[in-house]
Amino acid sequence: MALSRETLLQLYEMMVKIRTFEERVAEIYYEGKQPVFNIAAGPVPGEMHLYSGQEAVAAGVCAHLRPDDPVTSTHRPHGHLIAKGVDLKRMMAEIFGKETGLCHGKGGHMHLFDPELHFGCGGIVGGGIPHAVGAALAIKKRGEDRVAVSFFGEGAANIGAFHESLNLAAIWKLPAVFVVEDNLYAISVPKTASTAVRSNAERGAAYGMPAVQVDGQDVVAVYEAAGEAIERARRGEGPSLIEAVCYRFRGHFEGDPEHYLPEGEKEKWKQRDPIVLLGNQLKEQGWLTDEEAQAIQERMTALVAEAEAFARQSAYPAPEAALTDVFVQAS
Amino acid sequence: MAERLLTTARAIAEAIAQEMERDERVFVMGEDIGAYGGIFGATQGLLEKFGPERVMDTPISEMGFIGAAVGAATEGMRPIAELMFVDFFGVAMDQIFNHMAKIHYMSGGNVKVPMVLMTAIGGGYSDAAQHSQCLYGLFAHTPGIKVVIPSTPYDAKGLMIQAIRDDDPVMYFFHKGIMGLGWMYPNPRATGPVPEEPYTIPFGQADIKREGTDLTILTVSLMVHRSLDAAEQLAEEGISAEVIDLRTLVPLDKETIIESVKKTHRVLVVDEDYKSFGMSGELIAIIAEEALDYLDAPPKRLAVPDVPIPYSRPLEEFVLPSVERIVQTARDLVAE
Repeated sequence: MALSRETLLQLYEMMVKIRTFEERVAEIYYEGKQPVFNIAAGPVPGEMHLYSGQEAVAAGVCAHLRPDDPVTSTHRPHGHLIAKGVDLKRMMAEIFGKETGLCHGKGGHMHLFDPELHFGCGGIVGGGIPHAVGAALAIKKRGEDRVAVSFFGEGAANIGAFHESLNLAAIWKLPAVFVVEDNLYAISVPKTASTAVRSNAERGAAYGMPAVQVDGQDVVAVYEAAGEAIERARRGEGPSLIEAVCYRFRGHFEGDPEHYLPEGEKEKWKQRDPIVLLGNQLKEQGWLTDEEAQAIQERMTALVAEAEAFARQSAYPAPEAALTDVFVQAS
Repeated sequence: MAERLLTTARAIAEAIAQEMERDERVFVMGEDIGAYGGIFGATQGLLEKFGPERVMDTPISEMGFIGAAVGAATEGMRPIAELMFVDFFGVAMDQIFNHMAKIHYMSGGNVKVPMVLMTAIGGGYSDAAQHSQCLYGLFAHTPGIKVVIPSTPYDAKGLMIQAIRDDDPVMYFFHKGIMGLGWMYPNPRATGPVPEEPYTIPFGQADIKREGTDLTILTVSLMVHRSLDAAEQLAEEGISAEVIDLRTLVPLDKETIIESVKKTHRVLVVDEDYKSFGMSGELIAIIAEEALDYLDAPPKRLAVPDVPIPYSRPLEEFVLPSVERIVQTARDLVAE
């Protein structure tokens, strides 16, 4: 099935949007942290896990989703939320810890919630997988045609929540899609040392659901596999698993020394940058000129700049606001 | 010869290495503890020295490998498991709470679980609600777990060796802000003198980190450092604060606490854990039970005011005990 020019350009633009956002966040992150790195300093403190390199997965999957399709994500959530259609301004403001942010500064980069987009994420590995099962259960109970998608890493596929969730989704035939982003490492531990099977698709199959492994640098491959899985779920035919093999271009988190990486490995993967791959394909087909590519880049840069300006200009929450939101009804 | 200075992280790694040399039953399991050396450096150099058979990187399977540490311990090994952040305890809580803590008791004392579960605690760097907690109160509440919380490189080494040699399950909590990490907010006391030869510090012995006469500050971990900074400022105002580092909550050195209260007649608990139903309440209850008549003023406590740790800097600063708030609370206490 050949994809239309319009679809391919949308995928391309989304990947550029995510990359532009992430690379700008990286620059901002190091403000106040030079010459001596101090994780607590600067306008964006704390850990920072960026998505650069994995854009094809978020873009290829979320292109099939509606705003009301629930998505659960991870400690590396920006790409998924952008692909889901978040307001970049409110997302950036949250990353800056501002009152205007998605969570009024309480959540931060790892804990982004957007109820309008049915999106949640968190800093506990595997924590979101059962939530997608629960969301799918709610959808099924109500007889809706929505689909719940859970993104997580290959590292999370070794935690109990993954195995229990797959089994539940399969026995209850839930409209859920499990997307394993195999970026080869759980922080420093390679998949070869953590996982006895080559592909988590084997595990999906063992739990009784259709499961495939795809090239996660190839957005078309991800798009096609996700389309099949999501449509199957919408039709009420149960869950699926997709493992997309990809790579973290910026390490586990900013400041990762990456001394565990084999020499030359990252450079090799960067040669298959998902944005460059699709850009070249579009150009060969005559569907994208250098000028058009540049115009897309400029538009995305402007969007991110607008989000950044909004975040910087926004006020911090009042310190006492720390005491609210523990309960819906405090007494 | 000049004293040898180590960071807390180096002191912990050295303690483990020396015990691994002494006792072949000791081995280490955890996420990123091998080539990476532990995310907070507590196992740096161990893989190079002892190899992957004894320094085992695990998958992200905390229930599995902490449970495996319990099983290996009951078979006579001396495992050390690292839970990367204490916040991640949830997925392994059944193994910690219902197995590690209870097997010795349930077996009528017939089965031993000599393991160490070490873990990183603490906030102050905007890592938000799932990576900034202390939670030692939760584990101290659970019968059957020894709870060790060092604050200095010297204590960290002696308490780790003691923990490894102890026949009971020990949870060993190191605060990220005391490890001497190059990328964390600076703390000059995170580097200090540490003897090269192995030594132990017995559990249940609090350490008076600073002597004083006007009030007693009871605390642990990073808050020892904040309290010492506060005591310095208070001294300039003519207030003499005694800072007691409890070092272990289970067992607890009640004697040192009570003796100090009898001397100063005023007590402030500084705790980075949640306020209600935790360390601060327990300490004050013990003082009420055993030294109420010696108090000249109601005890005070500074702790996280029963909210999750927020991300944004002004919010987080508002909920964590600070030097300024310790000073202010101490002033108020002495004025009463």
